[in-house]
Amino acid sequence: MSDIKEKILEIYPEAQFTEGETLMVTVAQEKDWYPFAKALKDTPGLEFDVLTAVVGMDWVESLGVIYYLTSTSRNWEVISVKVSVTDRKDPMIHSVSDLWKVANFQEREVYDFYGIKFINHPDMRRFFLRNDWKGHPLRKDYDANPELNPIPKDDEKNEDDTVSYVEDKDGKVKKVPGKVFEEDEYVVNIGPQHPSTHGVMRFRASVDGETVKKVDVVSGYIHRGIEKLSENLTYPQILHFTDRMDYMSAHQNRHCLCMCIEKAMGVEVPRRAQIIRTMMDELMRISSHLLSFGCTAMDLGATTAFFYGFREREMVLDIFEKTCGARMSMNYNVIGGVIADLHPDFQKDVKELIRIMPDRLKEYHKVFSNNLIAKNRLKKVGHLSKEDAINYAITGPSGRGSNWSCDCRKKHPYAVYAELDFEEVLETGCDSYARYMVRMKEIEQSCKILAQLVDNIPEGEIRAQIPKIIKLPAGNWYQQVEASRGTFGVYIESTGDKTPFRVHFQSPCFNLVGVMNLTCTGYMIADLITIGAALDFVIPDIDR
Amino acid sequence: MDVKIKGMKHEDFKDNEYIDKLVEELNATGASVMVGKFDQLINWGLSNSLWPLCFGTSCCAIEFMSLGAARYDMARFGFEVARNSPRQADYIMVQGTIVHKMAPVLRRLYEQLAEPKYVIACGGCAVSGGPFKNSYCVVTGVDQILPVDVFIPGCPPRPEAMFYGLMQLQRKIKVQKFFGGVNRKEKIEEFFKEHPENEGRMG
Amino acid sequence: MYNFGIWTADFNNWLVSFLPDWLAVIIECVIIAVLVLLTYTVLALFYILYERKLCAWFQCRLGPMRVGKWGILQVFADMFKILVKELICLKDTDRFLFKLAPYLVITSSVVMLACLPWGRGLQIIDYNIGIFFILAVSSVGVLGILLAGWSSNNKYTLIGAMRSGAQMVSYEISLGLAIMTIIVFAGTMNINELVWQQDKAWFLFRGHIPAIIAFLIYIVAATAETNRGPFDLPEAEHELTAGYHTEYSGIHFGFFYLAEYLNLFIVSGIASLMFLGGWMPLHVPGWDGFNHAMDVIPSIVWFVLKSFFVSYIIIWFKWTFPRVRIDQMLSFEWKYLMPLSLANLILMAIFVALGWHF
Repeated sequence: MSDIKEKILEIYPEAQFTEGETLMVTVAQEKDWYPFAKALKDTPGLEFDVLTAVVGMDWVESLGVIYYLTSTSRNWEVISVKVSVTDRKDPMIHSVSDLWKVANFQEREVYDFYGIKFINHPDMRRFFLRNDWKGHPLRKDYDANPELNPIPKDDEKNEDDTVSYVEDKDGKVKKVPGKVFEEDEYVVNIGPQHPSTHGVMRFRASVDGETVKKVDVVSGYIHRGIEKLSENLTYPQILHFTDRMDYMSAHQNRHCLCMCIEKAMGVEVPRRAQIIRTMMDELMRISSHLLSFGCTAMDLGATTAFFYGFREREMVLDIFEKTCGARMSMNYNVIGGVIADLHPDFQKDVKELIRIMPDRLKEYHKVFSNNLIAKNRLKKVGHLSKEDAINYAITGPSGRGSNWSCDCRKKHPYAVYAELDFEEVLETGCDSYARYMVRMKEIEQSCKILAQLVDNIPEGEIRAQIPKIIKLPAGNWYQQVEASRGTFGVYIESTGDKTPFRVHFQSPCFNLVGVMNLTCTGYMIADLITIGAALDFVIPDIDR
Repeated sequence: MDVKIKGMKHEDFKDNEYIDKLVEELNATGASVMVGKFDQLINWGLSNSLWPLCFGTSCCAIEFMSLGAARYDMARFGFEVARNSPRQADYIMVQGTIVHKMAPVLRRLYEQLAEPKYVIACGGCAVSGGPFKNSYCVVTGVDQILPVDVFIPGCPPRPEAMFYGLMQLQRKIKVQKFFGGVNRKEKIEEFFKEHPENEGRMG
Repeated sequence: MYNFGIWTADFNNWLVSFLPDWLAVIIECVIIAVLVLLTYTVLALFYILYERKLCAWFQCRLGPMRVGKWGILQVFADMFKILVKELICLKDTDRFLFKLAPYLVITSSVVMLACLPWGRGLQIIDYNIGIFFILAVSSVGVLGILLAGWSSNNKYTLIGAMRSGAQMVSYEISLGLAIMTIIVFAGTMNINELVWQQDKAWFLFRGHIPAIIAFLIYIVAATAETNRGPFDLPEAEHELTAGYHTEYSGIHFGFFYLAEYLNLFIVSGIASLMFLGGWMPLHVPGWDGFNHAMDVIPSIVWFVLKSFFVSYIIIWFKWTFPRVRIDQMLSFEWKYLMPLSLANLILMAIFVALGWHF
């Protein structure tokens, strides 16, 4: 920790540091950013190989981006780098999408929200909004007049057109138009309404016969503008959005946001609440993985397995319903703890779930995982090497399927995970089957965690005392949790008001769609479906 | 004429005034015995064979899956034949938020459905925009772009609520007229007259 | 066992007694046509319910319950619904082919249905090349599917149709070879004779090893021929929305839907004809009392039940197995199934030549 400043000063003497929750490095001039980023990634001893989050910012006097970087070799140390430009009319920042591939979509998101153009980015299209949208909604000077952007009646025009801003040797930036697909390519459109995109994702796949040559991800069909909405709401009011982003990680996401706010307020959460939160997170994970199992099976045409998965999922939902009062969108975590105490049946129900789960898992393996056809469909399909997984920041079961140890519960322990005995499931297959098996094994691990906690719930408060009106001190905070699909992050910047200045949700599924082109190319159309199913993204989590 | 749903009493439904009014309208215009019987037969078929279009945008879609799963089993009603092609489906159940980018797509899906077709707005987002009402790109209720037959509130609605909504749709179908009389079709045309910006796209 | 042939002969004699021959033939043809179409509809509706109930039970559900007792009227509701649905024909489709396709599919399956031996004396067409005729007619159906996919002017339907073409052409070989194996054994293609030859014991038992192999090959190939899971690629719902019939609505879609289920019955019927004795009751050589008891059950019941049993197996496949991929499916056929069926054919020929059978 201590040596990091010297190391950074060695490669970039003009760096300014801000001590905070994480070390923030401010880049003095925008033009220094790209060489500095390259050095951060390549310098031995630093090696920041994971781009954890990209947060676009509008500080009114300037626009900019905050990059959160993680170094796997430095024990998952996180730093943030702040890059800003003052030109509001035509803001430009150098793209790092060739260093960290994950930045490709992230920068497109920032462009969409803030209009910051990224130099040398290969494909500078809007990511969420239609290309005929006027304005950039997260800018503070955005004109929200609905007449400017009425409900469109026609399809998007010219969706094949793209543009990139290329810098030549003299430092002049030139606009270069391009095409996503060539004229003579056979492009199959999958989605937005398609049974196996798990929501309203849209893929455009250029195919040669049945072989996929390129996949273009078109997102934004459920982009609800949660980040912008959050800026006008008080902190307790923001909480309910998290349940509706990745609805299969509702508890974890909300846990994350609560922790981030609690961290900023300096609130100590009672131990009983910590344990309840941990248990709910693991129950949610089981429910999510069961759904994922069912959907993978169904996308492969094995409908019966889907129903078996749902049978057990109903048990988990029953537990939620008794304690939280809802089957989905539980709204259970609140700032300082949880909203209601456990239902008297809670322990009994959880024990029953843990008791039957091993048998049911065997049944799943019998009916689906060990089926020859299923194995042939999933194995050696959608190869994603460990290097690519790191470069694309694919966390969660999908990253662990590529043998990348990236479990946030181990790397940055929160709640009571540090005291628990559980394994991080890793598979070496790097293919869809490995990702699928990681999920199945994680169900076992979650059961193990639940078994350790179910009899050790201490008595006590379920909620810390918090003030009626919650105001965070000025500053910025970033909190990560391991959601069902990967590392979920929340960034909050506050100016000391009761509403946040900026809230950014770094969702794991966002990165997952980023590898669709990489993993699907060279496989068949039918594989595109299974790869998508094994990556298991939830669309509202991507679009937010 | 009473609108019967198996296993449900008249007073089990909350908004009977609406259906009673429809029945009244139906009786007022009158129909010959022959045509009336045919109508009943066809409506019996239509109401008991509602094949949904798989269309879920967010959380409600997961609850809809639960509706199909073993505990709730919508197959009991004969609704389980979820078609992925809008041409073969009977109703579109909008499950989840509709945003500006999705609106033309939803609209087109509706137009692709074969007549007779119905729309159910399921969940707070589809009914009114729900928690995202104030957002810059959320359609505040699908009734702005489609003629909705049944609204199911909830976030997300429980499967039981979805069944209730579906049964309401069945009741509504049972009082419509396939042959002659003022029926749904004219009402839909009326809807599109009130939303003139969408006219011309109906085909 | 009861001979239904007596009824039909009596009816014919009665007609001929007061009508000229040509008129009698026309009347008989009309009656038979009506009967076939009626059987077709009833069977298809029954099969739809059969599958929906079965799959529900496999999946711990109840299946249709609320329309009629145990949901038996469910399919009639579906039928009425589908009859009144709008028929959509798009601007850029090839209208003639688009409308022709469902009829081609349904005609081919109606003709096949007419060839099946329903019971003793209950057969409509009895050629000396009966089984060959069935195989030939079944190939017309694939033409309908190809046309449907092509004329819809949609990328999904086109891919679905191409898959279907590749699949049906390939698996027809194995299907034909499996049937050939039995023909080699029986020495005839006449359907009636095929049934009578199983008087002592069914072919499955008489031909033992090669016949059992042929039966297994037949079941796999028949599953593929009817586009059912795990070979349901042409309409792979999760890849191609609804495959080759994506653009069809109303009764046009209904035709595809009915034909799909009827084809299931037909391949099961052929399986029971070729391997399980057709309408012939279960006979065990030597057990005369048992054989007589079996004869009491009408032959038509035997045939229908055997077909339902084979269909049950095929339905069971569909709801258990995931879908295979197109390249896996083709390599399975060309690399494994076809060589195996060829070898099996030779094996059967050796067995027949050496007299190693019952």
